[in-house]
Amino acid sequence: MLKLNKNIAISDTGYVFDPSIGESYTLNPIGLEIVELLKANKTDNEIKSIILERYDVDDATFERYYIDFTGMLKNYQLAKDE
Amino acid sequence: MSRKPVTIAVTGLNNIDSPGPGIPVIRGLRESAFFEPRIVGLAYEKLEPGIFMHDLVDKTYMVPYPSEGSNALIERVLEIHRQEKIDVLIPNFDAELYAFMKSAEVLRKAGIATFLPTIAQFEERHKSNLPEYGERYGLDIPKSQAVGTLEELEKAVKEYDFPVMIKGKYYDAYIVQNLQQAQNYFFKISAKWGTPVIVQEYIIGTELNVTALGDGEGNTTGAVAMRKTYITDKGKAWGGITIDEPRLLDITNKVMQQTKWRGGMEIEMIKSNDKIYIIEINPRIPAWVYLAVGAGQNHPEALAKLALGMKVEPFESYEVGKMFVRYSYDMIVSIKELEKLTINGEL
Repeated sequence: MLKLNKNIAISDTGYVFDPSIGESYTLNPIGLEIVELLKANKTDNEIKSIILERYDVDDATFERYYIDFTGMLKNYQLAKDE
Repeated sequence: MSRKPVTIAVTGLNNIDSPGPGIPVIRGLRESAFFEPRIVGLAYEKLEPGIFMHDLVDKTYMVPYPSEGSNALIERVLEIHRQEKIDVLIPNFDAELYAFMKSAEVLRKAGIATFLPTIAQFEERHKSNLPEYGERYGLDIPKSQAVGTLEELEKAVKEYDFPVMIKGKYYDAYIVQNLQQAQNYFFKISAKWGTPVIVQEYIIGTELNVTALGDGEGNTTGAVAMRKTYITDKGKAWGGITIDEPRLLDITNKVMQQTKWRGGMEIEMIKSNDKIYIIEINPRIPAWVYLAVGAGQNHPEALAKLALGMKVEPFESYEVGKMFVRYSYDMIVSIKELEKLTINGEL
């Protein structure tokens, strides 16, 4: 399960600040929505169900973008698998 | 409560693209709720911008470079003292520290307080001594060697994979990709700062810095960690942000505790694959210290209090995510001011 690092600050506007290194990032609205779900301790499958229900997107397309996005979160050390 | 009048002499007024810490130190002192400072600037060069910042510096005196002999420098400071009654002296250059440390007792007897490391503390953290320092205090330091000749340089760079760092003993650091570049920078640095020149293993990672203040008894009076967000071609921070990385403060506390460091210090570190290396320890307050002031720790004020023998409660926290953005600014100065400074040695 992917876990966001505890000290990461995320604003309502999608501005992300990693205080351990002073780096900041911006999320688009869907990115912010996914990060909020990760923050609420939702699993990958739960997040998938929620997004598929809310948006007009097929399973394969979602997974492709989700893997890419979560890979980026891990790469920037904002989240890690637990 | 009325503020305590105090006269503080400060060097490092060269607020240029590779700035000295003088002006940021003065800004911290000016913002003190405790002191009402009269600032006496001590300048080595006539065009140090701080000389002309009359809202920050009350009066400036020209002083001779320490390379002209530390006696000449100290004599000049004592001469200025007879006129200004300096209470505290805050030197801000690595290259002048030796003269002031050596003469700390002479200055004290004359009534000028300083808060400087001992010569032994100053010497052991030299770039050329850093590997032994790391070993002694259990700190991770990149491999490095001090070299004095081209033969030694060639031998040293061959021991590491390129790129490697070539550093001057006081200032300047360059990344080099081959032996020829290493030789070029060896000549350039040794001509400016003398030998030894330091060859250091290059660690890939994020550079993080801490500005800290040690009370000389093993306690950290203050420490603020920062990441440079904008770096000039000289490697200087033109922007930075305070960060929350407890390991940096742990390392700082360890250094302060074990070495009983007295005074200001900057620790430059690299975070690489979750390991933190110390790449340099500077024996003075850094030029970005005003960020610490802005984040809630007024290190210049605390340093002045320590120099005056006052008790200073350690700072316990600072605001994370506070940024500084440096800028350049043109002052218009009358030739009369330069004339006065040149003829009288004071302004």
